[in-house]
Amino acid sequence: MSGCRDCKGCMSPVPLPEPKDEYVVALAGNANVGKSATFNQLTGVDQDIGNWPGKTVERAEGILQYRGQRIRVIDLPGIYSITALSTEEQISREFIAHDHPDVVVNVLDASALERNLFFTLQLSELESPMVLALNQMDLAAKKGIVIDIRKLSDLLGIPVIPTVAIQGKGITDLSDAILSAIVTRPRPHTLPYGKEVEDRIRKIMGLLPGGVAGYPPRWTAIKLLEADSDTVWEAKKLAPDAASAAETFRQELERMHGEPAATILSGERYHVAEQLVSEVMEIRTPGDHEISLTERIDRLALHPVIGYILLILTIGGLLVWTFIVGAWISEVLTAFLSGIAPLQPLVKGSVTDVIFNGAWTGFVAALTLILPYVIPFYLFLALIEDSGFLTRFSLMLDRGMHKMGLHGKAIIPLVLGFGCTVPACLSCRIIESPKQKFLAAFLVTLVPCSARTIVILGVVALFVNIWWAMALYLFDFLLIVILGRLAFRLLPGESVGMIMEMPEYHVPSAPIVLGQTWQRTKSLIWIVLPAYIIGSIAITAAYAAGFLEPINTVLSPITVILLGLPALTGVVFVFGFIRKEMTILALAALFGTTIFSTVLTPVQLIVFGLVAMLYAPCISTLLALAKEFSWKQALAIAALETGLAIALGAIAFRLLGLFM
Amino acid sequence: MTSEQLEEYLESILDIETMDGIAKTSAIAKCLKVAPASVTEALQVLSEKGFVHYEPYKGATLTDLGREMAQKVKRRHRLLEVFLTDVLHINRENVHDEACKMEHTLSDETECALCKLLKAPARCPHGSLIEACNRQVESCSACLAGKEPSSSCSRDEPLIPVTSLAPGQKATIAFIRGDNSVVQRLTDLGLTIRTEIQLIRKAPMLGPVEIGVRKTKLAIDHTIADHIFVTSCGEKAR
Repeated sequence: MSGCRDCKGCMSPVPLPEPKDEYVVALAGNANVGKSATFNQLTGVDQDIGNWPGKTVERAEGILQYRGQRIRVIDLPGIYSITALSTEEQISREFIAHDHPDVVVNVLDASALERNLFFTLQLSELESPMVLALNQMDLAAKKGIVIDIRKLSDLLGIPVIPTVAIQGKGITDLSDAILSAIVTRPRPHTLPYGKEVEDRIRKIMGLLPGGVAGYPPRWTAIKLLEADSDTVWEAKKLAPDAASAAETFRQELERMHGEPAATILSGERYHVAEQLVSEVMEIRTPGDHEISLTERIDRLALHPVIGYILLILTIGGLLVWTFIVGAWISEVLTAFLSGIAPLQPLVKGSVTDVIFNGAWTGFVAALTLILPYVIPFYLFLALIEDSGFLTRFSLMLDRGMHKMGLHGKAIIPLVLGFGCTVPACLSCRIIESPKQKFLAAFLVTLVPCSARTIVILGVVALFVNIWWAMALYLFDFLLIVILGRLAFRLLPGESVGMIMEMPEYHVPSAPIVLGQTWQRTKSLIWIVLPAYIIGSIAITAAYAAGFLEPINTVLSPITVILLGLPALTGVVFVFGFIRKEMTILALAALFGTTIFSTVLTPVQLIVFGLVAMLYAPCISTLLALAKEFSWKQALAIAALETGLAIALGAIAFRLLGLFM
Repeated sequence: MTSEQLEEYLESILDIETMDGIAKTSAIAKCLKVAPASVTEALQVLSEKGFVHYEPYKGATLTDLGREMAQKVKRRHRLLEVFLTDVLHINRENVHDEACKMEHTLSDETECALCKLLKAPARCPHGSLIEACNRQVESCSACLAGKEPSSSCSRDEPLIPVTSLAPGQKATIAFIRGDNSVVQRLTDLGLTIRTEIQLIRKAPMLGPVEIGVRKTKLAIDHTIADHIFVTSCGEKAR
């Protein structure tokens, strides 16, 4: 990595900007080019990194402290174009146009320069000061790609910094370039399109008084030509002449080419990108070492038979590994913690005793029930993600997912759902059509997350047997398929097929895998520990004060008559709504024992596990759903699942009662 | 030999050839339910007219001319099947025979109108891919918008659906079928007309196809890939 030391002319010595309260830098680029890795290197914030496109679903923020400057860095979601209006594209476009970041850092994958420059050209039309971070230079080098950085910088008119963000290479140069760009505000050159398109853009620009709705004139002219509905609507009010001229030009172009204008312009952009690439890029060796590695792995991973065997082994391995390693860690932790203070979920004694017992029970439960299972799961998951295997699952399972009206990409949220439903719901954004997105989120809420797995393990596997726990798990999968098919038929809207980029495999890097695992575990600890401790105190205190009886009485028609459970479980389910594992905790606290088989019959244990697994998603999931969709849809899911859980629980109680 | 018989022969030779590589006399006879002797006679006629290469005792293969003709009839047959099923709601078991009779009398104009009415369908009710028409256009937008397409000339080279390429085979995109949203999505990812692409692999059971384009790899759903047509030896980009 030579960095910018070779091109002294362009930016050293670094001019320092005036100390200002805060400068804002936005990172933009295609999906899966290393934006999040660049972001983490710049800010030290641990943004999730994974080797699959579309991972950054929400824009992340961090602070870059460099040479006495404090710069706010925004990581925008990865997109391929600003043409069509997906949510991510809208977020990025509006942020750059309206929030006026001081510098936009366009992160590119150097090994796929042409496709990445297509986006750079669109981005440059927003006319913000720009810096190019040419990332994944190592991958490009392996492919035998040599890029003339200096020339690319000259042609585009903006600084270009080569980086390998994952290893932190080129980050100092990039930070220097960002600082100096804040002062020099380098704006990209306008690279003209073909004459017939370019002439029309200029003519429309001539009729525009300025930009429209905060967008620059050239951008506006291009969007008018592309018949972008928002821009046309704004322009009709502000510059009706330009709008009608653009409409005429658009029709002319479409007559000439027989293609919609937006497609013509995309073609033009690719043409410019091709020319740029032909000037700055050279392929020295027909690089095939690393490519053939990816290809060799794919021959197995995507093999019609071996591929599916590997897939089943991996997902099965993920679950088995989680349970085995989890159980071991749990055992060690329990032994250690019970040495400190004995667990006394009994509710007796003075107020301080009650509070202490409650808090301690909650703390121990969180530490021994949640963390042991979550850490190994996230570790294994990070390995699958970072290596690039997760995207192959999408490809292999695409056909099967069609049966539920989804496509292969939906496998990513569904697998994430085994960990925690909340991030899994958010990751449904990678799915394009609104119908499929909602459908995927709905099914994700049914996937047994770590919390529900713990309930099934802690109640059914421990006190009935492991086979009944597995049966419940299988039943849940079956239910997901059935409900998926039903919802697919009933929900309005169209289903579109998958288009997904297949990243190159790479050997997972230990810091990223460990960092990712820690990051996800940490965010869970922040939610779980306080919720557990406070919740546990609340339960024991409320019980000691006699507040719980009314709740149990109100719910008893459901719990006692329909489900055949003790009335005490009413309040257990209410607490489970906060977090599903709280049901175990509440059960232990209220019955005064952790040996549930002494207070519940096997049938009751199974029914309890079934209902706890299926009824309304926890409060955090509900909030996530409401935010992603609407309160109406979130509550509809909750109501449906609660109804279903009660109905299935009632049936199970009666059926199982016949032979158990 | 009537033109109807001729077209039926070409169609069945195309089917058998796709499966077995060469259409044997006995196979054609079985397919068309005629005597092998009449097949031999017919193949000689077709060979004289330049539609097939015929070698006695071995069988027949289509010439470029014959293939073009056969594919055109196939396209009409499948379009008619979609029309009969989706618009007229005729029982799926019967549509094949119905379409078989109607396909020979369809004019170019009617074929085009049918394609427009059905919004350029990708597959027939039995799941077989419908070939693209042979007009010299890059997308369906003009037709679907109800305007005359910019060109009514026919193509010099036959179009091949990308899904029929062999793994590892390279080709140049010539035509993307379907409405604007499909075309735009593909275009933004670099699948523009005249771009060279490579089919990397096809997932089993009509799963997604993996396509290499502009040094990236894209997994594309079969139903979307059905819309991409290529020419195997296209001219270089502009």
